[in-house]
Amino acid sequence: MHLTTTKRLLAGLAVAATLTTAFALPVQAASLRMAWSQDATGLDPHKQTAFSSLRLLELIYEPLVRLDANYNVSPAIATSWEFSPDGLTLTFKLDPNAKFSTGDAVTSADVKASFERLLDEATAAAARANFTSIASIDTPDPQTVVFHLSQPDAPILVAMSGTNASIVPASAVTDGSIGTTAIGSGPFKLDQWDPNVKEVLSPNPNWAGGKVGVDGITISVLPSESAIIDSMRANQIDFALFNDPTIATLIPGEQGMTLNRIPGLAYNVLQMNPSRPPMDNLKVRQAISCAVNRQEIIDTALIGEGKVTGPLTMAAYASDPSTLFCYTQDVDKAKALMKEAGQEAGFSVDVIAATGEPPYAANEAQVLQSQLAAIGVKLNIKTMDLKVYVDTWLKGDFDMAVAQNGGRPDPYPMYNRYFTKDGNLVKVSNFSDPELDKLLQEGRVETDVAKRKPIFQQFEARLAEQAPWVWISSTVTYTANLDSVKGYEINPSNLLFALSKVTVGQ
Amino acid sequence: MNYLTQRLLTFPLVLLGVSLLVFFAIRLVPGDAIIAMLGTEAGLLTEAQRASLAAYFGLDQPIVVQYGRWLAGLFEGNLGISVTYGKPVLEVILARFPLTLELSLLSMLISLAVGIPAGVFAATRVDRPSDLVVRLFAMLGQSTPSFVVGLVLIYFLSVTFRMLPAMGSFTPLFVDPIGNLSQMILPSITLGLSFAAAVTRISRSAMLDVLSDDYVRTARSKGASQRDVVWKHALPNALIPVVTLSGVEFGYLLGGAVIVEQIFALPGLGRLTLDAISQRDYPLVQGAVLFIALNFLVVNLLVDLAYAALDPRIRLGGK
Repeated sequence: MHLTTTKRLLAGLAVAATLTTAFALPVQAASLRMAWSQDATGLDPHKQTAFSSLRLLELIYEPLVRLDANYNVSPAIATSWEFSPDGLTLTFKLDPNAKFSTGDAVTSADVKASFERLLDEATAAAARANFTSIASIDTPDPQTVVFHLSQPDAPILVAMSGTNASIVPASAVTDGSIGTTAIGSGPFKLDQWDPNVKEVLSPNPNWAGGKVGVDGITISVLPSESAIIDSMRANQIDFALFNDPTIATLIPGEQGMTLNRIPGLAYNVLQMNPSRPPMDNLKVRQAISCAVNRQEIIDTALIGEGKVTGPLTMAAYASDPSTLFCYTQDVDKAKALMKEAGQEAGFSVDVIAATGEPPYAANEAQVLQSQLAAIGVKLNIKTMDLKVYVDTWLKGDFDMAVAQNGGRPDPYPMYNRYFTKDGNLVKVSNFSDPELDKLLQEGRVETDVAKRKPIFQQFEARLAEQAPWVWISSTVTYTANLDSVKGYEINPSNLLFALSKVTVGQ
Repeated sequence: MNYLTQRLLTFPLVLLGVSLLVFFAIRLVPGDAIIAMLGTEAGLLTEAQRASLAAYFGLDQPIVVQYGRWLAGLFEGNLGISVTYGKPVLEVILARFPLTLELSLLSMLISLAVGIPAGVFAATRVDRPSDLVVRLFAMLGQSTPSFVVGLVLIYFLSVTFRMLPAMGSFTPLFVDPIGNLSQMILPSITLGLSFAAAVTRISRSAMLDVLSDDYVRTARSKGASQRDVVWKHALPNALIPVVTLSGVEFGYLLGGAVIVEQIFALPGLGRLTLDAISQRDYPLVQGAVLFIALNFLVVNLLVDLAYAALDPRIRLGGK
């Protein structure tokens, strides 16, 4: 049987029409369509450390306090707080309007239950180490919480601003449902989570912060950041998070899209292992630090994204990097130091780097390889899968490692874990120093910010000069949105919480 | 014992072998579920914290005990609980399977619908320019990796036409058939094309063999038309190698098309397994691999049975 030309034409048109309707997807008016390439790994706010989990949970849960765009402590569940003059008591007044998505009020009993859960070792809470100075918690009335501390602890307030210190309902602590159901007092509630596929959130009608600007948020997990850009071009995604500068920097050239650059606290670093020769020799480490050209690494491996940084990445405490030891490349000095160390002939070491985390790790290693070749240090680059890398890294089983480590708004929790003799990550750094110990402890108990700054700057200068690691650059996190998304205010500590204020136009 | 029973009896043995391999292989890879969840922050855990997490993930027992427990569960139809999903493994797998099945069927359909006619066409016009053109395309189709085809399609649609099938949230076939097909058509074409090329080549050469057989000459001499000779007399016999090839391919496809699912963000079995491996979700990896192996066994059995149906001269089980 043969089709007539007319029939063929009609059939063709029908197919074309079906395909067109199929591809022209309806634009949902006021729901925000978001995407990321790494999904959350769990829902327990006290246990999660993955970037995506923390970002997702900051939409659902609230801590006592939050950090504003300049890392200043600002109200969340607590409306006010006060340290006693001796620094041993910290009192919070809670917002009487704060309610969980179930409609139950957030009371001092919930705060107490949340912190007791955090402190219980069996919980395996990620941030427990930041709260060990809490001796006891009193709840004189439903809106007042009093923390009694075993020693003055200035950084504790900042630690309380993290998603890892979220307030959960006391009832959920008792029945063990945290992690399977997500009941928080934040702007959204989680309706559906299909791991590695999507999350669906709707507004929490009981949120004390008022009405949010969108009808809901759908977060799709797309396989790569370039797939996300494709979906934004096709008007299927309104808002997205990006990590890879080579992808993110394409966005300014795209019609109808805006890129937001958010300087982060995380830092790129070359970690040396000072427990292994020849890196156990201070002069060798210093030579390596002097031989590195940090700006060149940023310009080539990081395509210009990020700034040269010392150990401290938070503006409130950081020194001018140019004042730190050998922050201007000096190959002659490096060679002289190698000679003094008896390493004139140079040596060969392995450097580990994770594939894709950060996306430019291998490029950084290559630039370092060529820079260090100038003083006879030969780097053998070993790239490995992220989990294998982390396993190796945690055991401290490397000569050198290209790493991107997370930062904290306060220097004490940021480096106490690596560079004091009792730090839990001292096995990774293989380096501690009594002078660094002393300075960190001084900074921890000092509650006056003006007095803390010189203490931590001294700490930073000492760390750069001892050079267990070579700090390279600060990081940049990116968000991008279609121009139909209005009202996104950049806040590095609350990348997604800021979505509670946005609206989506037609 | 008849052939079918014999084959069915080997299933448990093969599956046991597969389970042993996957159980121990996944544990040889450095990094466990705790590291997968906490990343570098796993180093901040105290010993007691680590022990409590290890107990939670079932990592606190010796590996042989873990295997024994898991195997005992299998006999009760219990594949364990997925660490990532917090749900029974079988439930997670079965939720992803319809997509994989649909994708496999669609891409098989596309490849057979394109490959068989193209192969027959080329065989009947052997060494003429049209045959050469078909062979050229078949060669190209087979040697272009599916991720290249997929990425080119996506790039073309997103950059030039600014449209793409919705990625990330999948629409089930019975909920919205048009929405579903709009999401499935590109991945199916991507997967189907390279296999269509293989089908074209094999059906062309099988057809050439058959067309020179005696019975085809007999049919011709009895005055059958060219169309009848090709489609009625020759094709059924030429299909046997195509069925073999398709069976193997279908078995692979049911294991999830990892690359295509990844490119098009389809939540199928392949991506599920890949994510489970990277998150060190041991129960899910074990369950998924076992499920894939079972599919493969079943499909192979069906292919053997199909031979007998296509060619009555083939008797299964010998003798």
